Amino acid sequence: MFSLKVRHGLALLPLTLLAGCNTVVLNPSGDIAVQQGNLIVISTLLMLLIIVPVIALTLLFAWRYRKNNTAAKYEPDWDHSTRLELIIWGAPLLIIIVLGLLTWISTHTLDPYRPLSRIDANRPIPESTKPMIVEVVALDWKWLFIYPEQGIASVNELYAPVDRPIRFKITSQSVMNSFFIPALAGQIYAMPGMETKLNAVINKPGIYKGFSANYSGAGFSGMHFKFHGVNDADFDKWVATTRAGGGALNRDDYLTLAQPSERDPVRRYSNVPVDLYKAILNQTIVSDALCVTPVQPYKLALADSPAALAAPVVAGNAVVEKGVQAK
Amino acid sequence: MLDHIDLTKLIFGRLTWDAIPFHEPILLATFAGVALGGIALVAALTYFRVWGTLWRDWITSIDHKKIGIMYMILGLIMLLRGFADALMMRTQQAIAFGDNAGFLPPHHYDQVFTAHGVIMIFFVAMPFVTGLMNYVVPLQIGARDVAFPFLNNFSFWMTTMGAVLVMASLFVGEFARTGWLAYPPLSGIAGSPDVGVDYYIWSLQIAGVGTLLSGVNLIATIVKMRAPGMTWMRMPIFTWTSLCTNILIVAAFPVLTAVLAMLALDRTAGFNFFTTELGGNAMMYVNLIWIWGHPEVYILILPLFGVFSEVVATFCSKRLFGYASMVYATCVIMILSYLVWLHHFFTMGSGASVNSFFGITTMIISIPTGAKIFNWLFTMYRGRIRFELPMLWTIGFMVTFTIGGMTGVLLAVPPADFVLHNSLFLIAHFHNVIIGGVVFGVFAAINYWFPKAFGYKLDTFWGKCSFWFWFVGFYLAFMPLYVLGLMGVTRRLNHFEDPSLQVWTIIAWFGAVSIALGIGSMLIQFYVSFRNRAALRDVTGDPWGGRTLEWATSSPPPDYNFAFTPQVHELDAWTDMKKHGYERPTSGFTKIHMPKNTWAGFVIAALSAVVGFGLIWQMWLLAGAGFLVMLVTIIVHTFNYKRDYYISAEEVVRTENAYTKLLSSHV
Amino acid sequence: MSETIVHNTGAPGAEERRSYFVREHHPENGSMLGFWLYLMSDCLIFACLFATYAVLGRNYADGPTGAALFDLPLVALNTAMLLLSSITYGFAMLAMQRKQLGSTLLWLGITGVFGVAFLSLEMYEFLHLIHEGAGPQRSAFLSSFFALVGTHGLHVLFGVIWLVTLMFQLKKHGLTPENGRRMMCLSLFWHFLDVIWIGVFTFVYLMGVLP
Repeated sequence: MFSLKVRHGLALLPLTLLAGCNTVVLNPSGDIAVQQGNLIVISTLLMLLIIVPVIALTLLFAWRYRKNNTAAKYEPDWDHSTRLELIIWGAPLLIIIVLGLLTWISTHTLDPYRPLSRIDANRPIPESTKPMIVEVVALDWKWLFIYPEQGIASVNELYAPVDRPIRFKITSQSVMNSFFIPALAGQIYAMPGMETKLNAVINKPGIYKGFSANYSGAGFSGMHFKFHGVNDADFDKWVATTRAGGGALNRDDYLTLAQPSERDPVRRYSNVPVDLYKAILNQTIVSDALCVTPVQPYKLALADSPAALAAPVVAGNAVVEKGVQAK
Repeated sequence: MLDHIDLTKLIFGRLTWDAIPFHEPILLATFAGVALGGIALVAALTYFRVWGTLWRDWITSIDHKKIGIMYMILGLIMLLRGFADALMMRTQQAIAFGDNAGFLPPHHYDQVFTAHGVIMIFFVAMPFVTGLMNYVVPLQIGARDVAFPFLNNFSFWMTTMGAVLVMASLFVGEFARTGWLAYPPLSGIAGSPDVGVDYYIWSLQIAGVGTLLSGVNLIATIVKMRAPGMTWMRMPIFTWTSLCTNILIVAAFPVLTAVLAMLALDRTAGFNFFTTELGGNAMMYVNLIWIWGHPEVYILILPLFGVFSEVVATFCSKRLFGYASMVYATCVIMILSYLVWLHHFFTMGSGASVNSFFGITTMIISIPTGAKIFNWLFTMYRGRIRFELPMLWTIGFMVTFTIGGMTGVLLAVPPADFVLHNSLFLIAHFHNVIIGGVVFGVFAAINYWFPKAFGYKLDTFWGKCSFWFWFVGFYLAFMPLYVLGLMGVTRRLNHFEDPSLQVWTIIAWFGAVSIALGIGSMLIQFYVSFRNRAALRDVTGDPWGGRTLEWATSSPPPDYNFAFTPQVHELDAWTDMKKHGYERPTSGFTKIHMPKNTWAGFVIAALSAVVGFGLIWQMWLLAGAGFLVMLVTIIVHTFNYKRDYYISAEEVVRTENAYTKLLSSHV
Repeated sequence: MSETIVHNTGAPGAEERRSYFVREHHPENGSMLGFWLYLMSDCLIFACLFATYAVLGRNYADGPTGAALFDLPLVALNTAMLLLSSITYGFAMLAMQRKQLGSTLLWLGITGVFGVAFLSLEMYEFLHLIHEGAGPQRSAFLSSFFALVGTHGLHVLFGVIWLVTLMFQLKKHGLTPENGRRMMCLSLFWHFLDVIWIGVFTFVYLMGVLP
């Protein structure tokens, strides 16, 4: 068998290759992702405390107690040792207790729904800061980003100012996706009819990869976008450019956009209805013209049932539209 | 009214000539190959006049040994199919960069990765594990067969028919394009209107029934049919892990049945369990499928933990360290496996407290698992280790599985999972534990028990080739995937933009090629061993110096396993017998009560495949009629009260005398 | 019942003469345990359906609710049919233990009639609901309702088919031990369906009509 030195040497060889590649998960640019990357390193080191001895002992014992080595002791009936059992169960238990505590604390601190408490390791968030809201819609097979505060939207392009907390509100149009920018923060599922949230902040300017991390159909491989972390001035410039040159994104435009397409070019919109995202989220998006496939109205007439108020088709649509606008 | 019914629709449903892939060269070539191979096989069977033997001795057999062997053959055949899918994926990912779209368009690639997962889990790993338990457990407990031999035959054919349906999807229609767990809404009727997901649903439902009944069978066998004197704590450790596995099967597979039925109702009958509109909730599917899914992976690994325990003790010529501890650890793992399922979707947004709870339970499960590894280690300590093939595979497992377990605990930390979920890091992790654990374990088991089943050992040279190709191949194929995951690459991509990833996918391709050589070496190993079987013959029935009762029989054992049921006094009953110089009885044999073979299992299972095909293609006439015929067949079968016979005393005497002669010829 | 074969251990220093083989060994019959195990797996399927109902059972999608739909008197009648059928099956088991084939067949027949009555009433209820536009496609609540209650009904249907088959087999072979085992298994199955129904009418019907 191999000597231990050779084995350890071989194991370390791949690490030299690692030096040359961009392991963004361990070297991200957003504070949340940084904390998550650190967690990976710490957890790995904790576990190596067990793993390295186990692998080493496996190879050591395999070598030392091979049949031909008659020098080694042979105790065929030795099968129990209370002391060893205590260590065997106790050592992993101790490590898991530490890891468990770490898990509980970090899961709460890094909860995607939790508003940020710091910009990075050195800077807490100033009291008055309000996060920038970005509404995210996963479509087949592209990403729509709506900026309600700026009144603009874009497809397959995301801009955000550096060191400003961002609150993403995420949904999907048709199937489950996962919103993921590895350099920024962890991922979170985008699901139709449901909203998930992600709080994050980008600490370094740059262009980062974003994509869907949950298989969603034929165009999945092309469902990526660029996330631009820029300083405040550049961000304002981008908003202004979009406002000036972007197209409209009313309901019919959205319905066209929602048609399946792959590898869409970047698009920008300057005319975005205020309630568009809500309508998408509630799956009540209807065309600007009269709807043709309404929710089936309930026929049984019962005085105390609210559903009995559902009037025939045409009027029902008007109710739906009114309801959407009212929200 | 009759003129409103479209007769073609009623008979053929959605099935049209378009379903046959005339325009797909790869599929046509595959079909040609399969057809030619099939014709050659039929010709050979006819030439050697073995159809009768095939039907009488194998297809209708209720002998747990024959059924176990058939499960292993099914697993091996499906391994070739599942691995072909793997090779195609690795090749696509090695070449599809930038302008190069690769050779597999998404429509095919997405079926390939779905089929790869479904086949490897349901039709390779499950049959291997079930086959091992079927073959070995009755022998280890000193029984003559399982508790319900007819059900055993039926279970095998149901699993096989599930595999048949999956293979049929290659040539008639297509398979699902959803990933191996088929999350809605993508797998709903709107997301996947074609037959692919229906093939998925019905092949798994049919195979699932087989597995569930197998679980019932083996639990009843272990509880009721142990030899006298074999108390719970004198049971071989493989039997213990089999018991826990089968409890998991009975407690988990109903969930799969229920959730797939609900998906089928959504797709076919317009129900709204998992739809987005009308109140459905896709998250319910995700929860249910993983409530099944996590116990499933423990179903796969626990029997192999049992195999490793047996192998380590045997080839170290030493008692298993901490037997009681191993038993408790197995039971703890069994129970805990129900409390971890949410770790498969930390990123679905369940909130920090829920995520932490499941993360912590996942970590807790690593404690008994680690205890097992330590116990194997201390069995080796101060033993006398023989590096026969089973031991080689076991050492490979101990090193490899440990790494996979570590990455698993890493993924169990929810915030870490947020950046690694669904990435190639995840892929590397689960292949690490499945290949390192399940596959290496199955190969250890095959090399270990092959002599018992067939009467001769497997060739060592080709076995070692297979081991090293697999071992090196695994690391080459999957360590790059850990790196790619840390580079932020997600799974199920058929094309990449970033050229810096390509060096890693190419290394991974070489790994896949090495594994292909490993599989090839194993096939050669079987062939060479068969050719050399005279030289490799196992005359004593105990080629390895075993410790448990299966080694007390001839190789292969007679149909009835034991002429006289053993009386057990200690753990490691066979070692105990050898130590006390027992003498094998050579006279006093009487007739032995045995169950008869049955046609019913094969026929009912085949009918269920017909019904499944009808449901997939919405050929309601076929499905309905098939179901009725199935029901009638089952009822007819229950009217058969004469299901047993006796092996005459003379025949037992003849068989036992032949074994006595064989033993005395071996000095 | 097992005659052990005693062999001289032969090994010097062995303290006792141990026997390692048993001449006649009859393993215990595993049918009841096996059937229980299957039944518990079936129970798990129902558990999943109950869980789904618990999660989706208030998702009316602006459609009809349980309060609007459930006809409690009809359900009470249905329940009575099923509970009575359990009692009559019990009488059949007692008759079997008293070795009275005729009486056994009679009580089995009555059980079957109650079972068919249950199914007929349930079919009527389902058809009525579908006719009113409250079929399983209308909402997640209705999907989970039909799945849970319908699965139970399918089990009762298979139970009735089994019962009729068993009656034929009893007529043919009489009250043999094998038939006794089959009666026991059907008994377990039948009472199990009764217990599931109690769960159904409590969680679905009774709680369903509450606001």
